[in-house]
Amino acid sequence: MANVQAGVPPTEKALEAERAGARPRSDLSRQRLRSAWLFLAPMILVLTLVAGWPLVKTIWFSLTDASLSDLEGAKFVGLRNYYEYVDYGDGEGEYFGLLFDPQWWNAVWNTVYYSVISVTIETILGLAFALVLNAEFKGRSVVRAAVLIPWAIPTIVSAKMWAWMMNDQFGILNDMLMSIGILSSPVAWTADPDTAMWAVIIVDVWKTTPFMALLILAGLQMVPGDVYEAAKIDGIHPVKVFWKVTLPLIRPAILVAVIFRALDALRVFDLIYVLTPNNTQTKSMSVFAQENLFQFDKFAYGSAASTLLFLVIAFITLFYIKVARLDLGGRGK
Amino acid sequence: MNFRNMAAAVAASALFCAGGASAEELALVSGSVGKDISELRMQLDEFEKESGHTVKIVEMPASTTDQFGQYRLWLSAGNEDVDVYRTDVIWAPQLAGSFVDLKDAMKDETPRHNPSIIESQTVDGKLVAFPMYTDAPALYYRTDLLEKYGKEPPKTWSELAETAKEIVDKEHEAGNGQLTGFVFQGAPYEGLTCDGLEWVASSDGGRIVSAEGDITINNEKAAAALEMVKGWIGTIAPDGVLSYKEEESRGVWQTGNAVFMRNWPYAYALSNGADSAVKGKFDVVPLPAGEGGKSAACLGGWNLAISKYSKHQDAAIELVKFLSSEKAQKQRALNQSRLPTITALYDDPEIAKAQPIVASWGEVVENAVPRPSAPTKRQYNEVSKEFWTAVNETLAGRGSAADNLDKLEKRLRRLKRREWE
Repeated sequence: MANVQAGVPPTEKALEAERAGARPRSDLSRQRLRSAWLFLAPMILVLTLVAGWPLVKTIWFSLTDASLSDLEGAKFVGLRNYYEYVDYGDGEGEYFGLLFDPQWWNAVWNTVYYSVISVTIETILGLAFALVLNAEFKGRSVVRAAVLIPWAIPTIVSAKMWAWMMNDQFGILNDMLMSIGILSSPVAWTADPDTAMWAVIIVDVWKTTPFMALLILAGLQMVPGDVYEAAKIDGIHPVKVFWKVTLPLIRPAILVAVIFRALDALRVFDLIYVLTPNNTQTKSMSVFAQENLFQFDKFAYGSAASTLLFLVIAFITLFYIKVARLDLGGRGK
Repeated sequence: MNFRNMAAAVAASALFCAGGASAEELALVSGSVGKDISELRMQLDEFEKESGHTVKIVEMPASTTDQFGQYRLWLSAGNEDVDVYRTDVIWAPQLAGSFVDLKDAMKDETPRHNPSIIESQTVDGKLVAFPMYTDAPALYYRTDLLEKYGKEPPKTWSELAETAKEIVDKEHEAGNGQLTGFVFQGAPYEGLTCDGLEWVASSDGGRIVSAEGDITINNEKAAAALEMVKGWIGTIAPDGVLSYKEEESRGVWQTGNAVFMRNWPYAYALSNGADSAVKGKFDVVPLPAGEGGKSAACLGGWNLAISKYSKHQDAAIELVKFLSSEKAQKQRALNQSRLPTITALYDDPEIAKAQPIVASWGEVVENAVPRPSAPTKRQYNEVSKEFWTAVNETLAGRGSAADNLDKLEKRLRRLKRREWE
C-alpha cells in the first residue's frame, strides 16, 4: 500500500511564501528562491509520480465500482463506497458503505489503540535507553551498536521469530514463564483475544524502542555540557536537573521522534499480518484495506478504506502538530 | 504496464535465441504443505526429461488465504511470468476469468476423474482448472493409547470428547503432562471454515449457504454444534488451537502430544515417517458425526489452472496433463498419501498396501461436503471470512454461538443484498 502517504510536514514552499509575504524581496533573495526551486524540482517530480499519483488514483478508485479483475471497466458511482442507503422497497432499508461498517470502525479503534500504547511505551523506554547510552561507560560503543539489532531485523523475520517464541506448545516464552513459576499453564499469546493485541504491542516495543532511543540520543548529544556543569556547581539534585534542564532541552527531539513513530504505527500492516492474521481484535486499518483490495472482490471498497486511512492519519498528524506546537520548520529558536 | 512490455521483450528475445525450438521454459506456482514441493520437483524432473521443456517452481506459503491474495494480484496485473497455478478447489468461481478453458484440451482425460470434482471446477460451462489431487479429512487417533484404556475409535463427537478426556486425565496422572486430547485447525482462516462446516454439517445444521444461495447458518443445530466445540477449548483441546493451522496441529500430533487430530490425508504419510514419534502407533477413521447427523468431511483438493496471460499455453497443457495423469496421481498417493481424483486408483492394490488410508477413502471423497463457493460466486471469500470469524470468536468465548450466528446471518444478508454476484 505504497499509496498511503500521510502527514507530510508543511513544505519549505509554504514557509518561503510566508516569509516572502512578510517583507519585500531583494534581487539576491529572488535569485536564491529560483535556484531553490530548481534544486527542489526533481524531488517534487519524483514525489508526484511515486506518492501523489497513486494517491489520486486510489481516491479515484474509491469513487468507482472497480474490481481487481476489471480495473479498466471501473465506472463512477459517487460516494457509494462510503455511504449508501439501500431501499428494499417495502419501506425497509439499510445503510451500507464504509462509514456504516462496524468492522471498519473496529479496525480504526484497534489501530489507534495499538499506536497510542506502543508509541507511549516506546517513548518512555527509548528515553531511558538514550539516557543510559549517553552516559560515559566502558564498552559504550559496543552497547550502542547492540541495542540497534532489533531495529535492523526485517519486521517479517522478527514477527515470525516471535510467533514461534509465543507458540503455546513449543514456545520458549511459556517455557520460561512456567519454569520460574509465573504461569501455571501455557498461554496461547497470539490466539487468545485478550492477549493478542498485547502480543503485537510487545513485539513492536521490542523492535522499535532502539529507533526511539537513537533519535532521542541524538537530541541528548545536542545538549551543551556546560549546562550540566553549572547545575552541578549549584548542587542541584540530578532528578531535578533531568526534569528542569534535560527534558525541556530534548523536548523537540522527542516530539519529532514520536511523530515519526506514530505515523509508522498508524500504518501498521506486516507485524499484525504475520503474527495474528485475521484476528478481529488486532485487525488494523491497513489489514482491513488489504483484505478488501486483494482477498475479497471489493477493490473499490478497499480503495475507499485506503483513502479514509490516509485521511485519518492526516487528521491525527495535524492535530498532534497543533497540540504539541511542534515546529517542523526549524524557526523560533 | 511497463512490466508487461518488459516480459514481452524478454519472451521475444528468448524466442530468437531458441531459434523456434519446441523446448520452453514454464513456471508453476504452488503453495507448500509437508513434502509438496520436493515431491513436485521430482515429478517435474521427470516431465522435463520426457518433454524437453524446463519447469521452474515458484514456492508460496502454506496458507491458501495468503496464496489467493498474491495470485489475484498477479492475474489482475496480467503477469506473464507464471504459466500454471496450483489452485484451491474453492477458487474456480472467483478466478474463472483469468484462466484458460481446459474443456477441449482435457476432453480425453476428463471421464476418468471424479465427476463432482470436475463439476466443482466448471464455471458457466468453462473448465477453469483440472484436478491434481483431492482432499477429504480424517480423524487420526492413537491406537496405542486407545488400546491401553480399552477404547474404540469414536463414532460421534461426544464419544470423542469423553474418550479424549478420560485418556488425558489418566495420562496426566501418570506423569505425561504434555498430552492433549484433540487438535484441529482453529485459527481464523480458510481451514477453520472447513472444520466449522464439518461440525455444523455433521450435526445436520446445513452448509452455511445452501446450493440455491439461501443463508441457512442461523439455526439451533449449528449453534449447538459450535457450543459443543467451545466446550472443548481448554479442556480436551489446548487454548492455542485457536491459532493452529494444518502444520501446527500436525506438529503437536506428530511429536506424540495429542490423542486425536483432525487433518487431511497428507499427514498420514508424514506421521509414518522415520522422524515421527507416532510412527506405527496411529490409524484413521472418518470424522465423527454430531447429534442427529452423519459424518461430514469438507471437500478440499488442489487443481492446476493455466493463466490466460501465459505465452506457453500448449506446453502448459502438456504439463497439466502430466501432473494430473494416472502415473503422477499414483506416485502422489504412494509417497504422500494424497487422494487421487482418478476413480480407478482407489482399487489399486499397490496403493492399498502402501497407504491404506487412500484405498479406504473412496467413499469419504464421494460423500464429501463442498464449501458454498459455487452459490456465493465471487463473494465466497468474504462469506468464508465472516463464517470463520464467527466460529473463532465463539470458540474464544466472545459471545454465545447463537448470538454470533445471528450476527453472522445479518452480515451475510448485507453481503448478499438481493442476489450473490
